[in-house]
Amino acid sequence: MHHYLHDISMVFAGEAGQGLQTVTETLLRILHKSGYCVFSCTEYMSRIRGGCNTTEIRITDKKRGAYLERIDMLFALSPLAVEHLKSRIRSGTLLFAEKTQFAERWDEHYIDTPFRKFAVETGSPVYSNTVAAGIVSGIIGLPIERFTDYLGEQFAAKGEDTVSKNRIAAKLGYDFGRRTAADKAILLPSPAASGSSGRLLMDGNTALGIGAIASGCNFISSYPMSPGTGLLTFLAAKSKTFGIVVDQAEDEIAAINAGIGASYGGARAVVSTSGGGFDLMQEGVSLAGMLETPIVIHIGQRPGPATGLPTRTEQGDLNLALHAGHGDFARAILAPGTLEELIESMQHAFRLANRFQIPVFVLTDQFLLDAITTIERKYIKRLPFESSIIKTKAGYQRFAFTDDGLSPRGVPGYGDGLVRVDSDEHDESGLITESFEMRQSMVEKRLKRKKALSDAALMPTIIGSLSEASTVVIAWGSNRGVLEEALALIGNKKLAGLHFAQPYPLNPEIKPLLEKRKLVVMENNATGQFADLLSLHTGRTISHRIVKATGQPFSVEEVAEAIKALIE
Amino acid sequence: MTKTPTRFDMPLTTDVAWCPGCGNYMLQSAVKMALHELAVDRKNLVMVSGIGQAAKAPQYLNAHMFNGLHGRALPAALGIKLSNRNLVVVVESGDGDMYGEGGNHFIHAIRRNMDITVIVHNNMVYGLTKGQASPTSQRGMTTPVQVEGVMLEPFNPLAVALALNAPFIARAYAGDVEETKKLIMQAISFRGFSLVDVFQPCVVFNKVNTYQWFKENTVYLPESHDATDRAAAFGLATATGKLPLGVFFRSEGRELYEDLIGVGKTPLYKQKPPDEKAFQNLIDTYR
Ligand SMILES: Cc1ncc(C[n+]2csc(CCOP(=O)(O)OP(=O)(O)O)c2C)c(N)n1
Ligand code: SF4
Repeated sequence: MHHYLHDISMVFAGEAGQGLQTVTETLLRILHKSGYCVFSCTEYMSRIRGGCNTTEIRITDKKRGAYLERIDMLFALSPLAVEHLKSRIRSGTLLFAEKTQFAERWDEHYIDTPFRKFAVETGSPVYSNTVAAGIVSGIIGLPIERFTDYLGEQFAAKGEDTVSKNRIAAKLGYDFGRRTAADKAILLPSPAASGSSGRLLMDGNTALGIGAIASGCNFISSYPMSPGTGLLTFLAAKSKTFGIVVDQAEDEIAAINAGIGASYGGARAVVSTSGGGFDLMQEGVSLAGMLETPIVIHIGQRPGPATGLPTRTEQGDLNLALHAGHGDFARAILAPGTLEELIESMQHAFRLANRFQIPVFVLTDQFLLDAITTIERKYIKRLPFESSIIKTKAGYQRFAFTDDGLSPRGVPGYGDGLVRVDSDEHDESGLITESFEMRQSMVEKRLKRKKALSDAALMPTIIGSLSEASTVVIAWGSNRGVLEEALALIGNKKLAGLHFAQPYPLNPEIKPLLEKRKLVVMENNATGQFADLLSLHTGRTISHRIVKATGQPFSVEEVAEAIKALIE
Repeated sequence: MTKTPTRFDMPLTTDVAWCPGCGNYMLQSAVKMALHELAVDRKNLVMVSGIGQAAKAPQYLNAHMFNGLHGRALPAALGIKLSNRNLVVVVESGDGDMYGEGGNHFIHAIRRNMDITVIVHNNMVYGLTKGQASPTSQRGMTTPVQVEGVMLEPFNPLAVALALNAPFIARAYAGDVEETKKLIMQAISFRGFSLVDVFQPCVVFNKVNTYQWFKENTVYLPESHDATDRAAAFGLATATGKLPLGVFFRSEGRELYEDLIGVGKTPLYKQKPPDEKAFQNLIDTYR
């Protein structure tokens, strides 16, 4: 008998173009509507057809933000899938596949599952996805009505025939699933009593976009590059409703310069890219530093250098964001780790950019952006709107000296003043200067804001209890979910975690949190970029680094093992 | 050097970094006079440039100014125009800046067709970095880098702009301030992307294309030239012999990028974030 009362991990694997996305999306929607907590992440190859892509869906009784190495049920839509996942298949794994597809590779332990057969019976192989979703719903015991209702909504526009054919396909699959579940004695959790009310389902890209809209972002100029493209697409889709100006730039250089131009004109501008594209944007970061013009830069990280692994994940661009641009000026870097944090970070980024008139980075990665999770509506925070724009008077000086180094920000066309900015070193009015004294004062002015910026830096989230902990495991960005779950799995009071949603600058108040404890940093890159930064800024030694740069995110088991090995 | 004062003049104390006798001064007066005569409101005028000697022009003109990075005047101008379409955006920069470092942006700005004016100081040389060849340098001109003379075919901005169907294309010679002013006035009044490529003598680094040379090698387009005839304009832009000056091509009514992407009249700085209801409606779609 298989019990999956608190936590099922299902993996769907097949070729690109086989419709995995449709199957998992359908299931996620229905599971969500039925009140389950779900977590889903995808890994895919850089190709449009063929290869092997997988999607993992976890059904849990708690909110989770990571994937498991363990696979409870594998739905293999192609023989390649089994090969691809063999290290994660264990004796308890139920493997669903269609015998006719596997030919000599068939193994008698597999469960012959008519994904395609039923579709053809219904009338066309196009119904395979519906059959597959039906089979899975049957196995895990979702109410069939939920499914047929969903199909009604989904295909309403395509007409009655499409709806009814899909319902037939769904029913065939569903009944098969129920029979199989009974035969194999699969026991599943009952959905949360609360149902899905008050809970939303979305992916990281959506959360990031919601954050941008919440903060009044009204300009995006970007050049497509995975996984940075999602934000561009999202804001484009919402542009009419929310008055967002969207420009697909000719390259990343144009994108950031247009963003800075728009910001100079008073827009709340964002640009989105990945590491390779950001390489080209660096001159714009310098420019924003010199012009003291706000700009929010989203970097959806993927493995580098150069074009790297285009569809995989990594946290390898922290150093890039930290050091982009030449000369000395202030900046901030945010790295959200959950849907809530994605929504909040984007708003926070706009506030910091506006308040301190600097470039602000939001670092995400493929894993976080593509992952789909449930989120409690009540935890979605909207930060109050702040604008630094003033109406200018005649004689206005864009770079006027002030105590905190921040000059009131005017924009052209609003007030009687002239707004003059220059990438050359300039005086208070924006005119070019080569005076050494003026240069010195301007450098100081640009750096003065660093103190307030550090003081305003977000404090890390404490996971577990620091008071009893002798070892603290530290993560940033997308690793929040995996760290939380790994620590819970180990369940050792001597361990606690810290998650940094703002890796730079660091709040001076963090020092006491790190004192008298062994520090371990885990991150999805080869060298431990954050570990270096933390060590440099706090003077503390990092005793161990858990790093991974294969292009995959960490699994819960993997992190738990690595941490256990350190404390034993 | 401006004879008639204009409202765009900077204080007399302004320290101008151009060499004495440079063609930039004459082009500068033509620009100021054009703006003055068009009665452009200073408060709505943004002068945008990249980097170079020519790109310093906005420093010496009393208006809003965005002096950005080398080659990046056009993307910045795009952002500025899209953030507030009530602004009059004039880009003024050098040939290296616009056609070399900024070549890709030049192509795509024309494709977009925003309502901006681009004035290029075409001195056929890099001034600020001391005399290397620019994309428009003529074959054979020797420089400290092109020691055996420029080997490459010069970039033809007018032909490229025509190929991309830029709706307003003109060429001027800075030595003739009055005519240059008139061409710039037409360009600024034009609704859409307008290009004025201006021959500008660099008295220090370009000993080939001197005032005298331009005088001898340019000629105004005949009255009979039909500026709506794109093929004729192309012929003139690529013909050998004396280089024509004037409006090569002018075609009204091409759609503006601002309109195509739906930029409203309200400047973006006036926009507030969505109210709570609109925001809740948005997140409701993820229930
Ligand atoms: C990214 C970058 N590369 C190079 C330079 C150096 N640079 C400054 S101006 C210039 C050429 C300018 O030539 P042009 O646009 O023809 O202007 P001119 O000085 O002749 O008026 C160069 C290469 C720079 N400032 N920035
Ligand atoms: S270097 Fe040439 S273009 Fe530049 S200011 Fe001097 S004369 Fe003019």
